[in-house]
Amino acid sequence: MAARGCGGVWRRARQCGAGLPGPGPGPFPCGQRAVACNKRGGAVPAGKSGVAPWIPVVGLEIHAQISSNSKLFSGSQVQFAAPPNSLVSFFDASLPGTLPVLNRRCVEAAVMTGLALNCSINKKSLFDRKHYFYADLPAGYQITQQRVPIAVNGSLSYSLCIDNKMSQMVTKTVRIKQIQLEQDSGKSLHDDTRCQTLVDLNRAGVGLMEVVMEPDMCCGEEAAAAVRELQLILQTLGSSQAVMAEGQLRVDANVSVHHPGEPYGVRTEVKNINSIRFLAKAVDYEIQRQIEELENGGTILNETRAFDSKLGCTVPMRDKEGKQDYRFMPEPNLPPLILYDTKSLPANMNHQQVINIDWIQERLPDLPSVKREKLVEQYGILPEHSFTLLNEDGLAEFFESVVKQTQMKPKKVIGWILNDLLSYLKQHSLTVKESPVSSFLLADLLNLLEKKEISSTAAKQVLAELWKGEGKTPLEIVKEQKLELLQDQKELEQICQAVIDGQENEVIMMVLG
Amino acid sequence: KTGFTLKVSAALKEGRVTPTELCQRCLALIKSTKFLNAYITVAEETALKQAEESEERYRRGQPLGILDGIPIAVKDNFNTAGIETTCASNMLKGYISPYNATVVQKLLDHGAVLLGKTNLDEFAMGSGSTDGVFGPVRNPWSYSKQHKEKSVPKSHSEDEKSGWVITGGSSGGSAAAVSSFTCFAALGSDTGGSTRNPAAHCGVVGLKPTYGLISRHGLIPLVNSMDVPGILTRCVDDAAVLLGSLAGHDPKDSTTIQDDFKPFELPNLTDMSKLSVGIPKEYHAPGLSSEILALWSKAADLFKNAGAKVVEVSLPHTRYSIVCYHVLCTAEVASNMARFDGLEYGHRSDMKDSTESMYAATRREGFNDVVRGRILSGNYFLLKQNYEKYFVKAQKVRRLIANDFVKVFRSGVDILLTPTTLSDAAPYMEFIQEDNRTRSAQDDILTQAANMAGLPAINVPTALSERGLPVGLQFIGRSFQEKQLLTVAKWFEKQVQFPVIQLEEVKRHDSGVFQHQKSAAFS
Repeated sequence: MAARGCGGVWRRARQCGAGLPGPGPGPFPCGQRAVACNKRGGAVPAGKSGVAPWIPVVGLEIHAQISSNSKLFSGSQVQFAAPPNSLVSFFDASLPGTLPVLNRRCVEAAVMTGLALNCSINKKSLFDRKHYFYADLPAGYQITQQRVPIAVNGSLSYSLCIDNKMSQMVTKTVRIKQIQLEQDSGKSLHDDTRCQTLVDLNRAGVGLMEVVMEPDMCCGEEAAAAVRELQLILQTLGSSQAVMAEGQLRVDANVSVHHPGEPYGVRTEVKNINSIRFLAKAVDYEIQRQIEELENGGTILNETRAFDSKLGCTVPMRDKEGKQDYRFMPEPNLPPLILYDTKSLPANMNHQQVINIDWIQERLPDLPSVKREKLVEQYGILPEHSFTLLNEDGLAEFFESVVKQTQMKPKKVIGWILNDLLSYLKQHSLTVKESPVSSFLLADLLNLLEKKEISSTAAKQVLAELWKGEGKTPLEIVKEQKLELLQDQKELEQICQAVIDGQENEVIMMVLG
Repeated sequence: KTGFTLKVSAALKEGRVTPTELCQRCLALIKSTKFLNAYITVAEETALKQAEESEERYRRGQPLGILDGIPIAVKDNFNTAGIETTCASNMLKGYISPYNATVVQKLLDHGAVLLGKTNLDEFAMGSGSTDGVFGPVRNPWSYSKQHKEKSVPKSHSEDEKSGWVITGGSSGGSAAAVSSFTCFAALGSDTGGSTRNPAAHCGVVGLKPTYGLISRHGLIPLVNSMDVPGILTRCVDDAAVLLGSLAGHDPKDSTTIQDDFKPFELPNLTDMSKLSVGIPKEYHAPGLSSEILALWSKAADLFKNAGAKVVEVSLPHTRYSIVCYHVLCTAEVASNMARFDGLEYGHRSDMKDSTESMYAATRREGFNDVVRGRILSGNYFLLKQNYEKYFVKAQKVRRLIANDFVKVFRSGVDILLTPTTLSDAAPYMEFIQEDNRTRSAQDDILTQAANMAGLPAINVPTALSERGLPVGLQFIGRSFQEKQLLTVAKWFEKQVQFPVIQLEEVKRHDSGVFQHQKSAAFS
């Protein structure tokens, strides 16, 4: 629990321009902002300015859309970018008299996620109504789990690099307060010129898992690393596709700063963050803004701010009605959600009607941390390489497939994967799946290299040719371009002789020195 | 075999009457009793079509069951595909639902003919069927020979124009429809007594089944945790038939029980010695009329004399049920009504300044004072600072009320016998002197606790009052013990021989009274 309570300390003097630098390369956006995170977690004395150091506190609320064919309480399909209002059941449009029916798949996804995040799963959880009027919330309330959520008290370990060095990775832990099931809202489109609002209810009622993280982080870098790890876990479980750009993973950050030994400062909530890179930027900007505000004698308002990715800063959101009272109330149309484990499973229960936590636990796939350990252990690669392999969707599988088909040692293969394949894909904005060079072709090429039939310089040349995707095999390219290494002594001598033969004068000059 | 439904069903089977004839007869009666204002929508065309289809099934010798071809009416807070569903509110005037409530679908699947939608208090909030946007419902007994003979008109014109009595509510339209023979059975809803109360005032059987036995899917909710579809019929046997076709798990309503429901026929109770009837002393409530009190004790004697054990029992927390109900009801109302914002369906105000002002104007124009009042108080109770003090406390009191029943039933009592209402039906002019909230508090007092506890309860018409108006008694049974409840109710029904309404004078009032109805509408 290295990061518990968070001891990262920021000082203004060192942080000029924080939030501005671009992201570094590599698996995490390891920009220079990482400097700000204090890896030992202790307070740093005040800088030259004489100002007492600041301790930033960052907590996250993450909404992950559950990957499911149908919505949380209705049979409507879930699909991204479908024609507006084409996926709306009577319940989703809150027609009078309709009732919610809980989707089993969504419950299982939440249990899986809870288990993967070391939560205790509540065998009895409850649903509540949270009331507010908004055009894309047709019922006037959202069904959520305010009182007793499905999972509580978990933790998430994540790693990040210190000082932008891949070789210096530290592992931190953030506590998970709870995971709750809730409905997504629809979408409103405001047409200011025509003075109208258009509502699309396709998303209304889609199942969400809200993951609430305790304020155990202290900078954008940590927040970004934690979210990236969560994203990988969700994708591994299949409980959410967790694509931020498609809104399947939405992150709100709670940020405050205080001096050591003092209570936490007033926090702001930063919304509208739609990528992990922007999360780091938004958090760091907000920390910096608060410090500046306080040092200039100002105060921090308990407000909601939006991150403007173009300007790289946070701006206050227009708060329509000030503090809302959500008038929570138990959802009367849903009985308590009861889950079982093998011990408590009633003998005469229809198995289709119950959810067994133990059964789900036994079927959890390897989580990213375990996968990484296995990769390091099995192939002898560096831990930081295992991070890179898992960070790109399908890259670890690609690597393992190449290793299987080649005699080259995995330690050498990883270099080709990370330095050549990955950088090429990045340059051309391609996913691993879209790679023009299959694992089979790459293995073929590496085998030629390993058998010393070509030099590594030639291998790069062949690879460059392979990227064109013209369907040639590495061997064909080698032959075409005559890139083979010569293994026949006589042949080599003949070539040399031929070179020398036509150049008698030069030979003489050389011999004479 | 007994019961009107069974008799008619037999007649249909034997071809003595056809479903179309039956339907036409009912439609004609609806027209001639239009002044009762029992129906909001009469679905003449679809009803005749359904009757025709039923007729075809009988012709082929393949009727769908007892209910095939039987004309029924449905309270206008159940969704009916293609037929307007208004809740007697401006908010839903003209609203045509795209789907059928599960109970409506089940009736149609059994071949029943849906005549129309019956009148009610707006969104079922009331105990008189006087507070709907389509005007008050008139109690058919106002025009009965029995009442006419007993009532002493103060002045001739007053009696003619405003001497009529209310039906009770909120399912007054359904009760009046059954009572005036315009249909064989009707669906109501019961949240605090809304089926039993008008049943008592209109002299019909009103059954509120156990919460969770019948699907609420498609019933526009008042209080989700207490609402139950109610059954109004002319006799207890008919109620059992209806229950048999409606009860059972519905995948669309997660609060219905999973267990299978087996429809039953009611036996004739012969051995009363094993029956223990509880008389809850707290139902001797302030305001209980002396004639109902006398009737109640006469009924208890009836059981005693037949060999049953009759014991006084105590339900000490019942007296808190109304105040507790007020908090829980308004809180859920505030929540349930939030969806009526004018965006997706229903009334939408022309106010275009902003979304918020459109919401506000829509809701102000769409809801009556009663609904708006309940929304306001409900939101007050749900405020963060009030939630513990009101809502949570009310939930605790509700548990105490429910536990009272559990204790009494655990002590060996099979069934409770109580009055259904404090008195017979009040004249409309008298009734509207008090506001809706005061009236509901008085009128639900004897029926409300059964909703708090989710228990099955039934009104059985018992006798006529001194004014020649119906008075009923209530039986409250154990959870999911509808068969026992109805069996006892049937025995009682047989003993009391409640008189048939004599409506010869209906036609005389037909034109004159109907015209008056518009001016009497609640404003």
